[in-house]
Amino acid sequence: MEFSLEELKNIDEIKSHYPETKAALMPVLWLAQKKFGWISNEVIEYVASLLNLSESHVKGVVSFYTMYFKKPMGKYHIQVCTNVSCMLNEGELIFEHISEKLGIKDMERSADGKFSLEEVECIGACGGAPVIAINEDYYEKVSIAQVDEIIDRLK
Amino acid sequence: MIDNSIKLILPDIPNLSDLEVYRKNKGYESYRKAISMTQDELINEVKKSGLRGRGGACFPTGLKWTFMPKGNEKPKYLAVNGDESEPGSFKDRQIFEYNPHQLIEGIMIAGYAMGIKAAYIYIRGEYHKWINLLQKAIDDAYSAGLIGPKMKETFNHRYSIDIYIHKGAGAYICGEETSLMESIEGNRAYPRFKPPFPAQNGLWGMPTTVNNAETIATVPAILRIGAEEYAKIGEPKHPGTLLFGVSGHVNKPGVYELPTGTLLKDIIYELCGGVPNNKKIKGVIPGGSSMPVLRGDELEGVKMDEESLKQYGTHIGTAGIVVMDEDTDVVKVALRIAHFYHHESCGQCTPCREGNGWMENILKRIKLGEATSNDIDLLISVANNIESRTVCALGDAAAWAVRGFATKFREDFEKVVKPKRTFVSPNIAHSKRNSPETLLVSA
Repeated sequence: MEFSLEELKNIDEIKSHYPETKAALMPVLWLAQKKFGWISNEVIEYVASLLNLSESHVKGVVSFYTMYFKKPMGKYHIQVCTNVSCMLNEGELIFEHISEKLGIKDMERSADGKFSLEEVECIGACGGAPVIAINEDYYEKVSIAQVDEIIDRLK
Repeated sequence: MIDNSIKLILPDIPNLSDLEVYRKNKGYESYRKAISMTQDELINEVKKSGLRGRGGACFPTGLKWTFMPKGNEKPKYLAVNGDESEPGSFKDRQIFEYNPHQLIEGIMIAGYAMGIKAAYIYIRGEYHKWINLLQKAIDDAYSAGLIGPKMKETFNHRYSIDIYIHKGAGAYICGEETSLMESIEGNRAYPRFKPPFPAQNGLWGMPTTVNNAETIATVPAILRIGAEEYAKIGEPKHPGTLLFGVSGHVNKPGVYELPTGTLLKDIIYELCGGVPNNKKIKGVIPGGSSMPVLRGDELEGVKMDEESLKQYGTHIGTAGIVVMDEDTDVVKVALRIAHFYHHESCGQCTPCREGNGWMENILKRIKLGEATSNDIDLLISVANNIESRTVCALGDAAAWAVRGFATKFREDFEKVVKPKRTFVSPNIAHSKRNSPETLLVSA
């Protein structure tokens, strides 16, 4: 498990943005998650050695932020917002629907590893409620039928 | 009639996010104007405009800038808060998407005014798309020599600044300024105790100013039209335009740029097309989930600016308006909000970490119909005891929100609770000890 030379160069560039190396930790964890899929203990050890930080510090940071995955997630990570504006627009029903459709609960992964589901707090798209996000893409003002269509396309 | 003709942050110009289009529309000329002034003159201009922070606290921006030490013995930093994690708030992403160069220009101006070496724009991790859009604008600005080392040459001036984006990773608390700095430094985002304030001891112990992205994006517009003109827009004590994000039960939700002091009812009925199916309004959260809710029957004449909202016991916050129609289950909304704050409490201060859990549990009990009337008092009491007893304002925010619902909609809460609790314990003394009355503490 290692970054490629190009990625290591990118990390050097990131380090140059900050007066202290420690500040590069969050961006490097993002790169690690993109490359390795999730932040395992091995990834934590690797990142810690790369940035000359203690493993406990890296683990502390990883566990603080919800977007760093602490276990393997699906190829398509479906995030459903159920906070106030989305709740008022039936975001909860969408969550329940997806949960039933894929047979997985909050923070679970489907057996084939394709999908995982997360009930997220407000993702800052309240005007488009109810909103879901799949990996990095937002889908706003979605209906249950549209959600079905989007998921079926990915199957 | 609503006046939505003044558009300083989100003007109706197609492709404004494009550097060439922005430059054709007087882009980066405000910075030229800024460097023609001394730093003090520039800060005075911002002070004169009456600009107040857009992140919720409404602190006068010009005054905040004066807190930064003069001279260059230490490197100074600017942190731009684009974390935007307040439920109901979704305004900054419009800036990142539609007018990113005005934000960059604002950073240059603020940077020059305070002698800043580098600026970090903190954006929430979920905003991948908007981070990419803003990064593209920053890259374009670097290529054009508008920022970075080539900047001195381009503007024939001694000042230069570097701008970086720092991507968050899903923590509401990072919107709090000291917590945001901890996050940039690569730590768990525990808020710091103040004082020392960021202007003395901020990022890496150096003088730092933290401003909201909307605040910074407003600065070039102030220089463009002049501080006196800007101060005339909207309410004198809280002048300018705000990006109102309207969501919930309205026909046309979205972000609207309007002068401060616009009537809340006009925003809902004129701009947003009213409530679906012509339902009545049960309540409105005026400034993001942290701000105390307003009842539907007290909306008449409510003006949307900090000073006016104060009279109703609430605040403008991030101007994220959430409208709830008459069929809304307010207990459920309160429970959802309490769950949010419980989930997002960083865990550093006991009153917030534990109190938010208690509030959520009490609300769950109320929602399930297992609570008594006393539990509503207990809920308010817990809120009172969280407020102002924590390092940062997350505890206050949670307390305001929950107490707002419990007091404004008391009758709805009363409807779902049992009048009296029956204790299974035959021991009167014991049951008394556990009764809500004995747990009540008046604040």
